[in-house]
Amino acid sequence: MAIRERLSGNEAVSIAMKQINPDVVAAYPITPSTEVPQYFSNYAANGEVDTEFVPVESEHSAMSACIGAQAAGGRAMTATSSQGLALMWEMLYIASSYRLPITMATINRTLSGPINIHCDHSDSMGARDSGWIQIYSENSQEAYDNFIQAVRIAEHPDVMLPVMDCFDGFITSHKVENLNLIEDDEVKKFVGKYNPPYHLMDKNKPMSMGPLSLPMYYFESKRQQAETMRGSIKAILEVAADFEKLTGRKYGLFEEYKMQDAETAIVIINSTAGTAKDCVDQLREKGVKAGLVKIRVFRPFPVTQIVSALSKCKAVAVMDRADSCNGAGGPLFTDVTSAMYGRADGIKVVNYIYGLGGRDVKIDDIHSVYNDLQEIVKTGTVKEVYNYLGVREG
Amino acid sequence: MSKVVEFRWHGRGGQGAKTASILLADAAFNTGKYVQGFPEYGPERMGAPIAAFNRISDQEIRVHSNVYEPNFVVVVDETLLDCVDVTAGIKADGAIIVNTPKSPDEIRPKLDGYTGKICTIDATGIAVDCIKRPIPNTPMLAAAVKVSGVMSDDEFISDMEGSLKHKFATKPQVIALNMDAIKRAIGEVKGL
Repeated sequence: MAIRERLSGNEAVSIAMKQINPDVVAAYPITPSTEVPQYFSNYAANGEVDTEFVPVESEHSAMSACIGAQAAGGRAMTATSSQGLALMWEMLYIASSYRLPITMATINRTLSGPINIHCDHSDSMGARDSGWIQIYSENSQEAYDNFIQAVRIAEHPDVMLPVMDCFDGFITSHKVENLNLIEDDEVKKFVGKYNPPYHLMDKNKPMSMGPLSLPMYYFESKRQQAETMRGSIKAILEVAADFEKLTGRKYGLFEEYKMQDAETAIVIINSTAGTAKDCVDQLREKGVKAGLVKIRVFRPFPVTQIVSALSKCKAVAVMDRADSCNGAGGPLFTDVTSAMYGRADGIKVVNYIYGLGGRDVKIDDIHSVYNDLQEIVKTGTVKEVYNYLGVREG
Repeated sequence: MSKVVEFRWHGRGGQGAKTASILLADAAFNTGKYVQGFPEYGPERMGAPIAAFNRISDQEIRVHSNVYEPNFVVVVDETLLDCVDVTAGIKADGAIIVNTPKSPDEIRPKLDGYTGKICTIDATGIAVDCIKRPIPNTPMLAAAVKVSGVMSDDEFISDMEGSLKHKFATKPQVIALNMDAIKRAIGEVKGL
């Protein structure tokens, strides 16, 4: 039986953690992710979980402790945001290259500076090439659902990679909204027990982790890691199918909203996708063939699947809540356009950087993007590829 | 989408406007609605102007922006009328609810030509009488429910007992006091 609830994203994810009952949670507080370990530490202190809760002295140590615990055969989790994720940087790569299926809630907050506690995706986008699977969540329900699925994906024998469940700081992390929780025992059954094929405490299969790997071997291990990431799509969909059987909630690599006959579409990540869906409905009422693609799995990037979703559109706007400051476009834009190159040529694709540092995005803002797209369809020309939405100029 | 009822709360840090928005979300949730309750986080210091928001609907709520065209505005601190544009975007058939001992007619000149409905409630006075502390959020919440009609008085009262028991699990002595304040506030809204 689903449990009807109203919770913030942080509450929902801390409850998912409680239901999973991992061996170790190691975390250091940082806004807006602080509540996740805060709530969880209550569960640990009250004996509601068996977890060893480790209040470490930094995020670097949080990830290091998770790596140690997971290498020893345990199931480890953490949560962080912004500078905290940045401080984990070198350990993110250690976790993924050691093939340790750690699960992390990444509550998206901009990176300093100027210092700002609000949402954008610059933190997790910066970590997009760290070898972690990245899953993005529109609201509290998805943050909860994806966190539970993340454990299964990470520990899948064909994967064995760490996974981050990313959702918008404050907008999702602190907003109380409706969701359905799964019964405790159903969650436990769904994630199952973690039985790693290899770990440091297994005296029958002695091994070492993280030894020196010089030019003779390093390249091959990286190649295997990259190949595993690419192939993880199968496991991600397999877990989603099982999750749908349990809850009725369907997840894919991305969500297609009114894409069937869409002439114009936006590609977008996280909470603004919800706002944009309302905009699509308003446009549809006026007969505008607008659609939306919401990215769920950003790493691995669903290259061919995205192309086939967008291939019938005439104009597409890719929305980035992070600026790569590279003169070429935001991270989602560059991935979408490189996926389309040679596979779906001729479709006009433009980029909008939006919502940096928590700048609010209204339905009207999204309307202006669709208006621009309709203008592109009408005139057949793109005035500017690289655009900013909702920024004050001059 | 037109069935969504939107609230914007104006208060000062420490007055409980955020808590009130979460409690309103709770109460509406318990009557079977879809809800959102969230504050606008800024420099969080005592006394600084803050805003908080609610959406209440019979259908799933997907929009994740702040509220710009509220049906109802709740002003928890009267002094904000001098420094915040509290009527910005308020819908023509909506209402503004101000915490003040004054009457709606006395408040209107402070609202820069606003012609819509004004309700007032002496929430701080009620809080001091009932709770013995000048924390006006629960009587303001009661006034917001009364004016908006998002649920019946009886539903609200019975639900609040449950919510406050949960919220003040470590301070049970304040539950009855808050319930007194809520019941009084429901009967003392001016301008209905």
